[in-house]
Amino acid sequence: MPVNTQAVGKTYDPVNYAVGREKIREYARAVGETNPVHLELDAARAAGYADLVAPPMFAVVYSAPAVGPPIFDPEIELNFAMMVHGGQEFVWGEPVVAGDEIDTVASVKDIHEADGRGYYVFESISTNQRGEQVCRGTWTNIVRGV
Amino acid sequence: MSELQAGAQIPELRVTPDKFLTVRYAGASGDFNPIHIDEEFAKAVGLPGRILHGLWTMAQVARAQTDAAGGPQHLKRLSVQFRGMGMPEQEVLVTGTVREVDGSKAIVDTVAEQGGSQIIRNAEAELSI
Repeated sequence: MPVNTQAVGKTYDPVNYAVGREKIREYARAVGETNPVHLELDAARAAGYADLVAPPMFAVVYSAPAVGPPIFDPEIELNFAMMVHGGQEFVWGEPVVAGDEIDTVASVKDIHEADGRGYYVFESISTNQRGEQVCRGTWTNIVRGV
Repeated sequence: MSELQAGAQIPELRVTPDKFLTVRYAGASGDFNPIHIDEEFAKAVGLPGRILHGLWTMAQVARAQTDAAGGPQHLKRLSVQFRGMGMPEQEVLVTGTVREVDGSKAIVDTVAEQGGSQIIRNAEAELSI
């Protein structure tokens, strides 16, 4: 059964995420960050940041909620039970600090089939409260047995 | 960082996720897929047991880059391919080699492995130096 590609180009409503200081600390500890700019306010401010700095991969926390709707969009017909996360790219812009408000817009970048697998590529664009881009994510999900 | 020259290895990162790491990462990240936190569920769907979140392992690859480059602001881009699966209570090793340096930009080829198998492969990081 060929994959349904009609949703390529579809864009979803923005999802807002308010970045909290303790959430940055919780995430930083879970991934083993030891750089004090993620953990200690004084260290972050001494390094020139307004507040605790989110580790780059904190992008997952603020942008993943925007990628859920396309994954479960009935128009895309993605078989979630057979899905694996095949690849991921993040491109970072302005740093994210506690107190930021991040809006993320997801879109369907590509859907194609190769070797009996469906490739579903979603893009997320995250901007802060000043309209500056903080991260662009490319999420490649692979569905076996399409 | 002057040591980030073409052909140079970045310092390796070794970390052993403890038994409950996947639970803490699930809470921290918001990814509560039961294959990461429920041993019985994971086995019921054919896995050897609870597996690591791929994005946690990607965060270890990111940390190796930011540690090497001197801070989070130096990591401009990271792309990875996930392969196989990582397991708790086994050491994860991140290694990388500087492929090229162009002005203030370094490209690093990097991987994460566990027990000799790559669980993140073909990863590429762009660092500002």
